[in-house]
Amino acid sequence: MKAETRSEQFHPPSVIGNILRKLHIDIPLFIGLLLISLLSFIILYSAGSQDMDVLLRQAARVGLAFLLMTVLAHVDPYQFKRYSALLFGLGILLLVAVLVMGQFGKGAQRWLDLGVFRFQPSEMIKITTPMMVAWYLAEHALPPKPKQLLIASILIVVPTLLIAKQPDLGTALLVASSGAAVLFFAGLSWRFILAISATLAGLTPILWHFMRPYQRDRVLTFLNPEADPLGRGYHIIQSKIAIGSGGIYGKGWLGSTQSELDFLPESSTDFIFAVFAEEFGLFGCLGLLTLYLLIISRCLYIASQAQDTYSRLLASSLAFTFFVYVFVNIGMVIGVLPVVGVPLPLISYGGTSIVTLLAGFGILMSIHTHKKFLPHS
Amino acid sequence: MSRIYTIKNKLVESRLFLNRIISAFALILLLTSGLIVRLVYLQIVGHEHYATLAKDNSIKIEPLVPTRGIIYDRHGKVLADNTQSFSLELIPEQIVDLDDTLLRLQKLLNISDEKIDQYQKQRKRQKRFVSTPLLISMTDEELAKFAVVRPYFPGVDIQARLVRHYPYAELASHVVGYVGRINEAEMKSLPIAEYRGSSHVGKIGIENTYEAELHGKTGYAEIETNVQARAINTVNSVPPTPGENLYLTLDIDLQKTAYDALDGFNGAVVAIDIKTGGVLVFASRPGFDPNPFVIGIANDAYQALQSSENQPLYNRALRGLYPPGSTIKPFIALAGLEYNAINAEHKLFCPGYYQLPNVSHHYRDWKKGGHGSVNMTEAITQSCDVYFYSLASMLGIDRMHDFLQHFGFGEKTGIDLSGEKPGLMPSREWKRSQRNQSWYPGETLITGIGQGYLQVTPIQLAKATATLANKGKVVTPFLVKNTISPDPTEPDVENPPSNITIKPENINSIISAMVNVIHDPHGTAKGISKDINYQIAGKTGTAQVFNIKQDAKYNENDIDFKLRDHALFISFAPADDPKIAVAVIVENGGHGGSVAAPIAGQVIKQFLREQQ
Repeated sequence: MKAETRSEQFHPPSVIGNILRKLHIDIPLFIGLLLISLLSFIILYSAGSQDMDVLLRQAARVGLAFLLMTVLAHVDPYQFKRYSALLFGLGILLLVAVLVMGQFGKGAQRWLDLGVFRFQPSEMIKITTPMMVAWYLAEHALPPKPKQLLIASILIVVPTLLIAKQPDLGTALLVASSGAAVLFFAGLSWRFILAISATLAGLTPILWHFMRPYQRDRVLTFLNPEADPLGRGYHIIQSKIAIGSGGIYGKGWLGSTQSELDFLPESSTDFIFAVFAEEFGLFGCLGLLTLYLLIISRCLYIASQAQDTYSRLLASSLAFTFFVYVFVNIGMVIGVLPVVGVPLPLISYGGTSIVTLLAGFGILMSIHTHKKFLPHS
Repeated sequence: MSRIYTIKNKLVESRLFLNRIISAFALILLLTSGLIVRLVYLQIVGHEHYATLAKDNSIKIEPLVPTRGIIYDRHGKVLADNTQSFSLELIPEQIVDLDDTLLRLQKLLNISDEKIDQYQKQRKRQKRFVSTPLLISMTDEELAKFAVVRPYFPGVDIQARLVRHYPYAELASHVVGYVGRINEAEMKSLPIAEYRGSSHVGKIGIENTYEAELHGKTGYAEIETNVQARAINTVNSVPPTPGENLYLTLDIDLQKTAYDALDGFNGAVVAIDIKTGGVLVFASRPGFDPNPFVIGIANDAYQALQSSENQPLYNRALRGLYPPGSTIKPFIALAGLEYNAINAEHKLFCPGYYQLPNVSHHYRDWKKGGHGSVNMTEAITQSCDVYFYSLASMLGIDRMHDFLQHFGFGEKTGIDLSGEKPGLMPSREWKRSQRNQSWYPGETLITGIGQGYLQVTPIQLAKATATLANKGKVVTPFLVKNTISPDPTEPDVENPPSNITIKPENINSIISAMVNVIHDPHGTAKGISKDINYQIAGKTGTAQVFNIKQDAKYNENDIDFKLRDHALFISFAPADDPKIAVAVIVENGGHGGSVAAPIAGQVIKQFLREQQ
């Protein structure tokens, strides 16, 4: 296959290349992730008021995440398939545990304190949900029949609701879309997709009814941010000013006035894209989007080359969910989507999402580097 | 499944899958184009507009912080207000050599190393170009010293700020409370928009309970600024709504009388207006000066308060748990009458001790040799323990529990202060569920004289006394009378109509016995009956201190003092038309009649003198 030979060009015949291949590392993907992590440090330094401590803490997390990715890349994909149901069940149990414990605490409860470190089960379920759905659908012939569709839907809805109840709308959205992506790649008929979309549109008022006041506020503010400039609308107004003032070329690194002068809240976490857009302008944004697209393309390529149904479905779902991540965050920061708490993948400050994301890439690498036979040999 | 079919199926699947990958990729490209279109719109089409907003003459949205509501006592005397104060503030980004500047300032104004450290810590948490205070509440001398050399300190300036001030300092510290800097935990729980620009929040007392009312509503101004971020022009503004002023039911002069009367002791005095439930006195001694907490108390000063043996930070009136001692006796006697266990004339011989059947243990009376033959009135007047051992034994713990609960024992009073303790009214059920032990008859006896597991707070004792004086109509204490300005629609707080059904003749016999405590020659508090033309009803109490041994080892010099009993007194007046109820607890005060009763006497006399 053409694409396969092209990817061979990425394998430099050097010692490092050999080592990386022995480690089951996919070099193009690895380079892409490395580049984006370096970019993350550059932006974080500026957005985090040039605090080296922030950078060092993030570096430690990224290092740990890369380590986990390497470990997972080493695991045979058959093992992922084998333990899919078990890991999914464990994830659900932990979610329930967090919810039950939350009843005794106050407000949102997402963490499980394991003494040594704190663990967020909703992060784990981001990967185990597509694993579970892929495992279930791969047992049957594709495209899925109505009965399988129903069961798969339940497998998606249960964790989604459990997370939405925490309440963590952003993560619930990501989990739902990762499961839905598996269904899509499994060949769900277009007619059905249309029908589902129509139903969801009809369900919007019901969803509205179940939303927490702060979630409703976010949607309302999204529709009319100017109505509440001190409160909910503040983020969106300020981030639009920051991005717009960046122009084509941007104000240069460390040149962001909006985040520096405390106009832009959450500038290191969910709204970091605004700082990036202000400092690096439209060119920078296009560059960043291109880098993301390259990573996603490589992941979709890996999915297309996968040799069994389970691997294909899982790989493609992980690739697509990564895009959803990027789209939802940037869409929210530039004011085309409501503000849901989704960080910019691999760039926002904060450890848990990076670890989960790189774990996903580890699985992708494992799928790509453990082929039993070559497709056209 | 045949082999052929499987292979066919695999081929179909692969083709389908590849198809989907391509569709997904197309969708991704489409959505990404959407993002790019929006970015082009913001960064090219809207660039000039946003750049204007952001930079040259940018519009800043500045919060306009509301003025915090003032707290007054019932006569309009100020308990908490806002005073102008000057602070020395630095903008680090405008200073060339920060360390040198700090060193020079330190020499000039004699600033402690601790304050410099505090400033450095705060500066690191601040965003850039934000003015950060180094000195708060500058003295006139400091102001003058700096004013002379100001041109040599670019980036350093004097800023006027409003600072919360408590003129009565330690006198009402526990009830009024104080505001302090918003900490990280509070930052998360407070509404972000409302507290943009606010630096302080109520920490304890009324300042804390009525935070929402006192804070007011933050406004904002859209300010045009130039490159140096200096304001040029206000484009549009929504003014802040000042916090509501609070009028307390507290009478600060009466509070002072009570607080001063406690001089030399630790203790608490609570007085309630029986007709309304308004709290007139809510004193806990020792108090503390809340003013340093506003500007940020120095660490060693805070440690000193924390570790002080007298626990000045402890709100005894609200949270102090004491055995009520003999002050419980009127309530037990009333229970006896209501349950028909006794009648008022029922006589009993007191030999100075009480014995349970078949138990050799002697439960002693406080009076050696006993009170002889006493009826209920005499038993209350002279505080005969044996009578109440016997009555408690007749009633049993569960009936005592049920009856006393109506008066609020074992429950929070519901006063508008947070952190109230519910006390403890024991019962058979409580002991089984909480301690997994069965109830012993001896425990019933000592409950009858207000010892054992029974624990009350001063506010609880005052509420029970007021309810008794009110002939069973439950009095719920409260502190905030109403709020006036800017919106005087807030209604007065009223007591919920809640009654304990008690026979009038029963309550009248209890009240006349309580009058005897003060006005009978044998009364335990006869000392306070002088110079008044009305009658006071009351009951003395002396409660044993249980944790003596630990304390004794701890501080040998204090052994004698710490061994002494707590002195208690409950009272209300005038007996025929009760207006005020007072509860007094003096820790290690000795006898209720000689130490606690005179304090209540002073409060009652002053209050009724002003009423006439």
